[in-house]
Amino acid sequence: MTVGFQELKQAPPKMSARLQGELMEVSMGPQHPSTHGVFRMNVALDGEIVRKLKPVFGYLHRNHEKIGENTSYLGSMPYTDRLDYFCSMTNNWAYALSVEKLAGIEVPERAEYLRIILAELTRLQNHVSLLGFLLSDMGAWGTPLMYAFREREKILDLFESLSGSRMMCDYMRFGGCRVDAGDDWMLRAKAIVDLFPKFLDEFENLIVSNEILIARTQHVGKLSAELAISAGITGPMLRASGVNYDIRKIDNYGFYPRFKFRVPLGDHGDCYDRLMMRVLELRESLSILQQAFTQIQPGPVMNPKVKVRAFRPPIGEAYGRIEGPKGELGFYLISDGTANPYRYRVRPPSFINLTILEDMCLGHTVADVMVILGSIDIVMGEVDR
Amino acid sequence: MESLEQIKARAEAAVPGAKIDIVPNASPSQQLSLKIDNQHAAAVAKFMRDDPALRLDFCSNVTGVDWLDRTVKKTIKVKQMVDGVEKDVDQTTEEFFPGYLEAVYHLYSIAHKHGPVIIRMQTANRTEAHLPSLTSIWRSAEFQEREIFDLYGIKFDGHVDLRRILMWDEFEDFPMRKDYREPDDYEYEPTPHDDVLEKAKQHYAPRPELDGAEKLTAQQTE
Repeated sequence: MTVGFQELKQAPPKMSARLQGELMEVSMGPQHPSTHGVFRMNVALDGEIVRKLKPVFGYLHRNHEKIGENTSYLGSMPYTDRLDYFCSMTNNWAYALSVEKLAGIEVPERAEYLRIILAELTRLQNHVSLLGFLLSDMGAWGTPLMYAFREREKILDLFESLSGSRMMCDYMRFGGCRVDAGDDWMLRAKAIVDLFPKFLDEFENLIVSNEILIARTQHVGKLSAELAISAGITGPMLRASGVNYDIRKIDNYGFYPRFKFRVPLGDHGDCYDRLMMRVLELRESLSILQQAFTQIQPGPVMNPKVKVRAFRPPIGEAYGRIEGPKGELGFYLISDGTANPYRYRVRPPSFINLTILEDMCLGHTVADVMVILGSIDIVMGEVDR
Repeated sequence: MESLEQIKARAEAAVPGAKIDIVPNASPSQQLSLKIDNQHAAAVAKFMRDDPALRLDFCSNVTGVDWLDRTVKKTIKVKQMVDGVEKDVDQTTEEFFPGYLEAVYHLYSIAHKHGPVIIRMQTANRTEAHLPSLTSIWRSAEFQEREIFDLYGIKFDGHVDLRRILMWDEFEDFPMRKDYREPDDYEYEPTPHDDVLEKAKQHYAPRPELDGAEKLTAQQTE
């Protein structure tokens, strides 16, 4: 039966009348393209405005910590790659750092420099792909993400030639690094870092003054410094709220005290600040990398005293943390004197940064939720563990 | 930052009745921790956050630890009269330590840029595991305490939204406990073999002529 135009016009809008004043519950995800993995948000909507939001996750949960307790210390090293699969190098470093604290292991100088170079390269590719994803979330389909991935792929090629794998690097060891980087690798890395500012200028021009981007991100998802500190937010997200806390400066792990770099801070703590924080941090990382290339000297990359087999740290516990690209990545280990850790805990920055997702989204539209979530920078492999 | 002894003394003075012990740590990390009694934990935590010299405003890491029941055997040589002659006899004493669950909090100060101060709380036993929630003091404990509840089964009294977070709601056990036994689940292997096959056999009705998996493994071993 065909419905005439007149009948349609006269049909009373019953559905909307019934919903008036009531909240509509929508389950966003887990297969939503903007949730960066399998992540779900139970949202209660008043029209388009978010009134309630409960994050639901655990779809990728494999009890990483239990598996860590059932394998040897070294056996967990390749598995840390799978936590935040964008930044396997920093995951390796955080784990190695914690075990080195637990067992009191010294790291040779060249290995520390290599770690800094690789961690900053990781930060470059993480931040640049985040910018691409965020623009993609805002509707700039394809092009910015492909630009970002082009640069990321260059860095992943470096990782591949050094460690044998693009993303699952498994490169660091307790007391050093697995293999040394040759001179040709250094030259290639330096060439990429030398060219990177040119791309960054272009990319920044593309995004910074873009009217749509400004409209979508400024004054969206504001996060006050007090709430950010209380909620344990770390990394670029905390600094976007104007809190000067960079673990590279606070803990002085590795050789970071030898490097000159600034900690960029935001003013408003909105999505725009969080986005720009990544751009500014990219520039600081480039400066660290250039300094590292001039400072690094030949030498051993592995502490020869470290036992590979029958590695048993003394009884006790240690918590080590580094400034990962997404925030404070920490490992808490308890040793009972055996070959396996008694307790192996990952402090995942993505998971804890999600704590205040609801607070940031309330009062915003559904479309803003995607931007806010994107600006947190989460990876589900790390959230769910 | 002041030493743990000073923190302990000041916290005990500020919160009357609080009992704080310094937990030793023989590891080269030298990260000692403070064990806080459960009744005064919230007050002590609030003191640590608000005290102008400490200002531990950033609770970085919250985690659970499971300590099983353990008996420690000690052998001491005791002089004893055996057949009128004094001899050294080995005497074995067994000391029983009941198991407990533990929540560990790593605190830092963003205001003063120091840390970590590690505090821990212990449950009375492993069956009735209750601890006070510190979410009202540090918001970052919200999801992490939920995770401990999910994986260790510690109930945090006063937590606003204590639900399972990583496992699904219908899940019953607590997988991070040391005595956790995984369910008799064999379905994750489409063609079961070895010990999984043994498990699977207990669930299948006996039908050797139809059981393709068994045939397959039998051929492989030949």
